[in-house]
Amino acid sequence: MTQLPTSTDRKMGLVIDLDTCVGCHACVISCKGWNTENYGAPLSDQDAYGANPSGTFLNRVHSYEVQPAEGHAQLIHFPKSCLHCEDAPCVTVCPTGASYKRVEDGIVLVNESDCIGCGLCAWSCPYGARELDQAEGVMKKCTLCVDRIYNENLPEVDRVPSCVRTCPAGARHFGDLGDADSDVSKLVAERGGMDLMPEMGTKPVNKYLPPRPKDNVEDQIDILAPLLAPVAEEPKGFLSWLDKTLEKL
Amino acid sequence: MHPAPSVIIFTTLSGLGFGLLFFLSLGLPDVSGWVAFVFFAIAYALSVGGLMASTFHLGHPERAWKAFTQWKTSWLSREGWCAVIALIVMGLYAIGVIFLGQRWSLLGWIGALFSLLTVFTTSMIYTQLKTIPRWNMNLTPAMFLSFSLAGGALLAGQVRVALPLLLIAALVQILYWKKGDKALEESGTNLGTATGLGDRGTVRAFEPPHTGTNYLLREFVHVVGRKHAEKLRIISFMLAFVLPVILLLLPFGHFFALLAVASHLAGVATSRWLFFAQAEHVVGLYYGKR
Repeated sequence: MTQLPTSTDRKMGLVIDLDTCVGCHACVISCKGWNTENYGAPLSDQDAYGANPSGTFLNRVHSYEVQPAEGHAQLIHFPKSCLHCEDAPCVTVCPTGASYKRVEDGIVLVNESDCIGCGLCAWSCPYGARELDQAEGVMKKCTLCVDRIYNENLPEVDRVPSCVRTCPAGARHFGDLGDADSDVSKLVAERGGMDLMPEMGTKPVNKYLPPRPKDNVEDQIDILAPLLAPVAEEPKGFLSWLDKTLEKL
Repeated sequence: MHPAPSVIIFTTLSGLGFGLLFFLSLGLPDVSGWVAFVFFAIAYALSVGGLMASTFHLGHPERAWKAFTQWKTSWLSREGWCAVIALIVMGLYAIGVIFLGQRWSLLGWIGALFSLLTVFTTSMIYTQLKTIPRWNMNLTPAMFLSFSLAGGALLAGQVRVALPLLLIAALVQILYWKKGDKALEESGTNLGTATGLGDRGTVRAFEPPHTGTNYLLREFVHVVGRKHAEKLRIISFMLAFVLPVILLLLPFGHFFALLAVASHLAGVATSRWLFFAQAEHVVGLYYGKR
């Protein structure tokens, strides 16, 4: 049924650090690589080598510029995938029961053999976390790599979502956000982790860690300016003559 | 939102069809035999035709029957139930009226209720979406219901009922446009809340995730058609309400009535096109669009 569970045993999710994300898109590629050949239908591409390539992705990285009232603008890379909301609107709108939230770990999944591809769940998601695969006609979304995290055939170090395993900057963390003592919960508490569009009432499980404030660049230049004075002196001899002659020309 | 022909045809025709069924179920007009057959045939062609059109955009139409399972939470599922119940009840009612000269009024009342419930549940599919502030208002079901009733009265040839209903629908339409134009702004959702970075300064979409387009942009960000929105609003309003009212005020004739129906249908279809094309989904904000 597409009724949401009143509570889940655990709240597995991601914590994404906007301070350390370098915007390399490695998580996007590893996500597509893993998920196109494992859980469910492949993530198809259309016109992949043509003029208008387009395809299904479960994770995409945006880049935003934030201009404060004073000081310099800051560039922030912003990975976005399913936030596995506690009050997930995508689950309750589903007419067939294909969309569901698991009681044991809170992961939101799609049973692809029940999905009719009406697209209503994607309409109801404020985050653009769901994409209708154009080849299969079923809804695709982040599974939190449900086929990795409990997979005993994989070495223990690999039993995390593919994006987390891949991130070279350590900007992605995976764990139980329902457990106040978990590493991810501590990280969220310490760094002031935030929800996206809290006004939508979706109660996202995934949290974003805001970027740390930047140093003031102008002050630094003032301090270092004397040390950075140009060291080149006036040319002498032949070079001086050449310089002056060329000036006159 | 992408104004997909399937959903525009569906909401326009079904709305009109169930509106006509509503009036037929109340014995308006009071007809039997062949005349009744023609009326019911038109109502079923519109309502069933619309419902069929709605399955065209499904990725897997062959599994559509599964949509009846989740009526506890899903408005789409509830709509399926209401439509099927309305069509079955009204089918039985039609048999009585057409072939037996009997008016089973209890069946009629049930049919009337479920015909309206079908239109209401359809409107709730859109109204429930917080992600589309322009739809997420009480005026959306009011618009769907008033359009359906006005169109139904018009099709049923109930001139005296159709006139006030057309005026009510016209008023609701104007209010819907007025309120809808401010809905996204008043929802408080912007790129600042979408990224959680709004309290640090002005947020600007600097670089999209990819150079090409994607499903989200095709489905939720429709900018092209909005250019002529104002003109289309006037055209839609004239066709859906002004012209039919003028035609109804003229001495009644079948030709004018047909013209009024055709004009109303074209106007409502245009209004529905705008309903989708002008709807801003908040996911567009992530792409610096709306």
